[in-house]
Amino acid sequence: MANDDAVAVKEPKAPRESHARRWSGLGGGFIAKLLLMALVNALALTIIMSAWNAEAWAILTLSIVLIVGADIIYFAKRTLPLKYLYPGLIFLAIFQLFTLAYTGYVAFTNYGTGHAGSQQQAVEATLIQNERRVDGTPTVPLSIVRDGDTLGFAVTQDGIVSVGTEEDVLEPVSGAVVDTNSRPTEVPGWEVVSQNELFSDQDLQQDVIDLRVPVSDEAEDGSMRTRDGSSGAIYQSSIEWDDEAQTFTDKETGTVYYADQEVGNFVADDGSRLPTGWSVTVGFDNFVRAVTDQNLAGPLLKVTLWTFAFAVLTVLTSFGLGLLFALIYNDDRIRGRKWMRTVFILPYAFPAFMSALLWRGMLNREFGIINDWFFFGADINWLGDPWLAKFAILWVNLWLSYPYWFLVCTGALQALPSETMEASRMDGAGRWRQFRSITLPLLMVSTAPLAISSFAFNFNNFTIIYMLTEGGPPFPGTSGLGSTDILISAIYNISGVSGGSADYGLASALSIIVFIVVGIISAIAFRQTRKLEEI
Amino acid sequence: MSEVTAQAPVRRNPSRRSRWWGEVGWKYPVAAIIIFYAAFPLVYVLSASLSSSGTLSSTSALFSDLSFSNYAALSDTSYWTWVWNTLIVGGASALGAVLMGACAAYAFSRFRFKGRRGGLTTLLIVQMFPQTVAFVSVFLLLTALGNVIPALGINSKIALICVYLGGALGANTFLMYGFFNTIPQDIDESAKVDGATHAQIFWRLIMPLVTPILAVVGLLAFISAFGDFILAKIVLVSQDQWTLAVGMYQWVSNQLSANWGLFSAGAVIASIPVLVIFLSLQKYIVGGLTAGSVKG
Repeated sequence: MANDDAVAVKEPKAPRESHARRWSGLGGGFIAKLLLMALVNALALTIIMSAWNAEAWAILTLSIVLIVGADIIYFAKRTLPLKYLYPGLIFLAIFQLFTLAYTGYVAFTNYGTGHAGSQQQAVEATLIQNERRVDGTPTVPLSIVRDGDTLGFAVTQDGIVSVGTEEDVLEPVSGAVVDTNSRPTEVPGWEVVSQNELFSDQDLQQDVIDLRVPVSDEAEDGSMRTRDGSSGAIYQSSIEWDDEAQTFTDKETGTVYYADQEVGNFVADDGSRLPTGWSVTVGFDNFVRAVTDQNLAGPLLKVTLWTFAFAVLTVLTSFGLGLLFALIYNDDRIRGRKWMRTVFILPYAFPAFMSALLWRGMLNREFGIINDWFFFGADINWLGDPWLAKFAILWVNLWLSYPYWFLVCTGALQALPSETMEASRMDGAGRWRQFRSITLPLLMVSTAPLAISSFAFNFNNFTIIYMLTEGGPPFPGTSGLGSTDILISAIYNISGVSGGSADYGLASALSIIVFIVVGIISAIAFRQTRKLEEI
Repeated sequence: MSEVTAQAPVRRNPSRRSRWWGEVGWKYPVAAIIIFYAAFPLVYVLSASLSSSGTLSSTSALFSDLSFSNYAALSDTSYWTWVWNTLIVGGASALGAVLMGACAAYAFSRFRFKGRRGGLTTLLIVQMFPQTVAFVSVFLLLTALGNVIPALGINSKIALICVYLGGALGANTFLMYGFFNTIPQDIDESAKVDGATHAQIFWRLIMPLVTPILAVVGLLAFISAFGDFILAKIVLVSQDQWTLAVGMYQWVSNQLSANWGLFSAGAVIASIPVLVIFLSLQKYIVGGLTAGSVKG
């Protein structure tokens, strides 16, 4: 503090301009900064423009705020600390703080498959899903046309060629040429896509099949679609949206579906729902579901218990084994200790994910060497039996983490005060007594915080579980969870981020529970290390 | 005198030897068992990688043949693309973590400003909540960002790097902050008196003095990017974008027995640099362990 005061007093006497603002001498720093900021601003401008095009208002606002903030901070004089903190803070804010907060928000919604967007999007999706080809309308000759990235259809109706895209309705064009089948072959202003190109390009085919060209400005009139890229037909939705009443009416059956804001679905009086809904906040429903849902509650409870068991047992076994080895080999009389130690810690130096994959092969039921070498070719289903799979996971995790504790304990043992040990020996303490009353308590002082953080790490050790068993063998039932799933791998399965049916709401609710557990553990560790005193 | 000394060993030999066995000797056979436990999977993977057939079923006999066909076959796969991707992702996140961490640590260590204490406390609390648990919202965030900026969307290495960098400040600032505080303030003060600006002090004076911690943080960031599976698997979708962890997982999970030779050859190649670095830096890593920041 004294130094700061000194500077503060000095500053007014000799008002020095910041190096980056001063235009004297070479000014290399200033030029470098100017170039860098020009680059950053250009980048931000591109992002702002594409956000404008994509109508992503949140991203647009955020990028404007961030770039204005950057310009102020790097060209003003009084923002010195922020000049150093800003880039890191942006990453922290977007990719950590925001994701944490967003997890908290999603946990209270029903966001997921069938509830993916806004109500507006759900209406549009429902209209498209219920599109049927209108009975009795003729198929018309059709060609795919392209202008840059924009795809469109050119159709010949009653001898007149019309062109339309997803955005623009079909409008007649003049000067088009058609072939003998009256398919348009040349359209002024458009490039006609050849059949050959269409057949060879999978992505293009999908785009063509998804393309809907409105027939008129009225959505009621339906849209032109194609299945084969050479003929088109008019499709209309069999369901009608009434914006005033916020209802869908099925034209065939007359069933009316009301927009229910509680559940985010269109619901009929008889309780039936349209498949596509929208995302709404549902309060504590996800948390309640996790403990009451018949398919989910049982497996989730087992998963939670196993998560704790896995984390505790892993720390205990690897700590125990590491400590034992450290005690045995912390002995000056052994020759070749350095060499031995290097081999002992090899599993730790081998990348963890590869160890898990390697053991997965070695524990293979039919061809794995564990059965082959140690069990005389017995048919032991290590990774397929619920209890053996748990044992295998603990065993593999022991193999790859005992060296850590061996290193830590060796270091801690060597740091023990030799006088204390000497004194206890003089007082006639036996070896066991010495270990229990002196070595272990002293050792715990330095290793307990590490044990706690190791627990927190293993609590979320997705890699070993997923690489070794993928959570399997599965529980009976439809939960999609398995005997060796820990909470984070269960969340992974439920969330559906890797495909399949997604339930982001429930997954986030479970993440919150994990956060709470890990937060409590960290708080305990935090009290132990008293890092706050360093501030 | 010489007779006594010559006789003594003969007389005391049996008891001395049994005492030696009881106290020291038994540790050698036990060490042999531990060495076997620690090393046999590694010896096995080396042997499997040298086997001429690439299947799991044929690898039970150790070193039954020595062929490099698995190593040669790697070039027909995407393996080297994955190595390259891993190096890019790991290298960029290490560099970013070092730069951002050093800047933050410098600001917190050298400047006194409003919100400094609050900022440090916030960082300390934030780092307690691992980013990986929030993977669902990372996925949703990247999906939304990808609609606007494809480079920051799903299936982009840049997006993955950004996600890793998001966790960098929380994880490393404290480690670096402590180290920066050990550099005496007098050095900056005297430079300031000589007319050096804050940027000059940072780049020319402080950075060279804190190189050890920069190396440690860079190494840790690289290792955690190298070993990360869950975020990489979510973000990187197509085969040509995968990192080693995602790609090799795919080899083993699809048709485990068929790709075993490829996997073992790939594992040997990827682990050798790691083993060499780890064993040569053993001393420092043990020091870093007690700071509680590596796997375990």
